Amino acid sequence: MRDTRAPLLALNDVQAWYGESHILHGVTFNVSEGEVVTLLGRNGVGKTTTLKSIMGLVPRRSGSIKFEGQELIGLMPEKIARAGVAFCPEERGIFSTLGVEENLMLPPQVRPGGLALDQIFALFPNLKERLGSSQGTKLSGGEQQMLAIGRILRTGARMLLLDEPTEGLAPVIIQQIGRTIHALKEQGFTILLVEQNFRFASTVADRYYVMEHGRIVDEFANSELDANVDKLHDYLGV
Amino acid sequence: MTTIFGVPTMALFGQILIGLINGSFYALLSLGLAVIFGMLNIINFAHGALYMLGAVTAYLLLNYAGIGYWPSLIIAPIVVGCIGIVIERVFLQWLYKLDHLYGLLLTFGLALIIEGVSRHYLGSAGLPYTLPQSLAGGHNLGFMFLPNYRAWVIAVSLVVCFGTWFVIERTKLGAYLRAATENPSLVRAFGINVPRMITLTYGFGVALAAFGGVMAAPIYNVSPNMGSELIIVVFAVVVIGGMGSILGAIVTGFGLGIIEGLTKVFFPEASATVIFVIMAIVLLVRPAGLFGRGT
Repeated sequence: MRDTRAPLLALNDVQAWYGESHILHGVTFNVSEGEVVTLLGRNGVGKTTTLKSIMGLVPRRSGSIKFEGQELIGLMPEKIARAGVAFCPEERGIFSTLGVEENLMLPPQVRPGGLALDQIFALFPNLKERLGSSQGTKLSGGEQQMLAIGRILRTGARMLLLDEPTEGLAPVIIQQIGRTIHALKEQGFTILLVEQNFRFASTVADRYYVMEHGRIVDEFANSELDANVDKLHDYLGV
Repeated sequence: MTTIFGVPTMALFGQILIGLINGSFYALLSLGLAVIFGMLNIINFAHGALYMLGAVTAYLLLNYAGIGYWPSLIIAPIVVGCIGIVIERVFLQWLYKLDHLYGLLLTFGLALIIEGVSRHYLGSAGLPYTLPQSLAGGHNLGFMFLPNYRAWVIAVSLVVCFGTWFVIERTKLGAYLRAATENPSLVRAFGINVPRMITLTYGFGVALAAFGGVMAAPIYNVSPNMGSELIIVVFAVVVIGGMGSILGAIVTGFGLGIIEGLTKVFFPEASATVIFVIMAIVLLVRPAGLFGRGT
């Protein structure tokens, strides 16, 4: 089902560079409010760079990235965060010099309407038990991922960029993260997800974009997934 | 006369007191260096010169504006902190992505310029700074005579050092600082203006140095060389404590001051080198320093 409303997030011909290497060669796609959209593609095609470009975390980028109609391309990361976009990096980014509670409370509120701590603990009951832990990085991989997602839910940002949240995690934890994404979608969050694991993606996504060589090369809705499985296997090389 | 290990107690406690005084300045300066290194990745060789500038500012305020010690204790750190902010904006901000060596060379050059200019206008002889009247005199503690000003320096230095430690380790602002030290771009992606935090950190670090300079003015003479004489020892303190470790800088600063004082009592010939001997041993046994995280 295609959405006809104005997109919440719209990328148009986004190019990005790390020093001399040209990583994104004109990425164009959009995400509507309340959607869960997944970027699929092999390693190194520019999925993470796309998220970092939206967040302003690449050294150089061009094109247009509009969020709620506001142009983000020239803005510093701190301004983009304040506009209401939150980022959960692939490496999770739990701070080792901060305790679990400090990690959870670190991101400032950028808008009203963030989740209360109780709501976050309802999604991730393990976090509550680990709150007193003195070092965030002493948590297990799954707990660190929950902490990394949990802390951006407090901020009031309604657009979440999640970079491979299931990477390296046990199936039971992956299921929990899947349930979390469903719950967030029901609460009206808009989610742009980067995934290699399209089995997992198929349980949560409304739409997919496929990336190759720094460009979007294909797009389909979740309902069209079955018809596209062979093509996807080609794209992903699985 | 009472003796301990064959040393008169008066002499022993006298040297421990001098050790604590020196340790107060080691701690104040190495604390600023540690905060700056942690956040900016810059080895601030201009730290001694900015400490001197704090003392010089207090001297100028007193002799040309009639502004005394107490206001200077606030004004001089603010003035020097602002100079630090200008230095950070104009020079240092371009160096963060480069090797440490560039920051070290640039700040070393700045130190030479600041000291050269001071020497040009003030001469290299020390200038006396009058002790504030309210802190003149002292108390006889029975086993030793304790000048009030020295007691004040030790107390204030302890309060400032542990206050800084508390802010960094136990408050929300400190959590931002620690997180930004670890992963600045992610902290920016949470909506925090890290570049501005870095600028203010440098301003705060050099303001601490200037604060030390004002405190030092009545004890040592105000001289353009006062910083460069101190800074080498302070760097040894930072290395022993562990680069970037706040608690390490404080504990090592006071500890080495006392060790240096005791060495003057028991083996005076070694008192000038004992800190560097300790540094060499620590580097061999724990290259990351006593409190370093061993990265």
